[in-house]
Amino acid sequence: MRIPILRLGNVLLTSIQADIPDDLVQDLQSSLLGQLERTGAIGVVLDITSLDVIDSYMARVLSETAAMARLMGSEVVITGMNPMVAVTLIEMGRSLEQITTALTLEQGVEKLKARLNETGSSSAGDGAHDRS
Amino acid sequence: MTDRDQAPPASGIELRRSEDIVLARQTGRDWACRLGFRMVDQIRLATAISEIARNAVRYGGGGQCEITTTTTPLFCEISIVITDHGPGIPDVEQAMTPGFSTGNSLGMGLSGARRLVDRMTLVSRPGLTTVTLVMRRSVHP
Repeated sequence: MRIPILRLGNVLLTSIQADIPDDLVQDLQSSLLGQLERTGAIGVVLDITSLDVIDSYMARVLSETAAMARLMGSEVVITGMNPMVAVTLIEMGRSLEQITTALTLEQGVEKLKARLNETGSSSAGDGAHDRS
Repeated sequence: MTDRDQAPPASGIELRRSEDIVLARQTGRDWACRLGFRMVDQIRLATAISEIARNAVRYGGGGQCEITTTTTPLFCEISIVITDHGPGIPDVEQAMTPGFSTGNSLGMGLSGARRLVDRMTLVSRPGLTTVTLVMRRSVHP
């Protein structure tokens, strides 16, 4: 099984649709970082609407993926966290450190673009893709 | 989600690989659902099981997960016992301290799991580690 990563302009989109084992979480991390490198995307929106168990391992991999993407000069935005998952994470004493989140996929994409404008990245505003 | 009229989920799960961790947390959740636990409790329980089952797979060389339920007119209770035959945890108190970690995420897992259930006990010696998670909810007529 492999989690598909879609490209929408200069943003990558992916979502975790099922309860997946640890090795698949690790695979997703590597393929996301690989795709970022290959495509030069400004960031990734990772939707977790249908994910309802985030334990300390998953939380750590998500945090680390965001940190790694940032080191590469990109961003990860996590969207759609189930409120009960948020409750569980906070009760466990775990938060997704340094991760940008948004309520919906749409808001995630907007946040990603907004962050990019803030940091004044030239690649986002070079106009080559924006003319249409 | 398990239909409450369907055959009961498994009550014993072998923990060998990471897929078994998924199976254990899903099964625990199915049982909690059958008992009528609220969704947020099902998620708390599944998350706690996931932490402990992972410790058994990663540090205990695999193990066993046993699920039992008790229903009385006043309450429903689910009890998960996870055992492994690994080297054991030398200092249980320390291992339960948030942030304590033996190389990986053991500390976070144990202290996190404890906060999600009503009762968690951990007994460990070389060759046998037993973690019990208990969640009890009163029955609403």
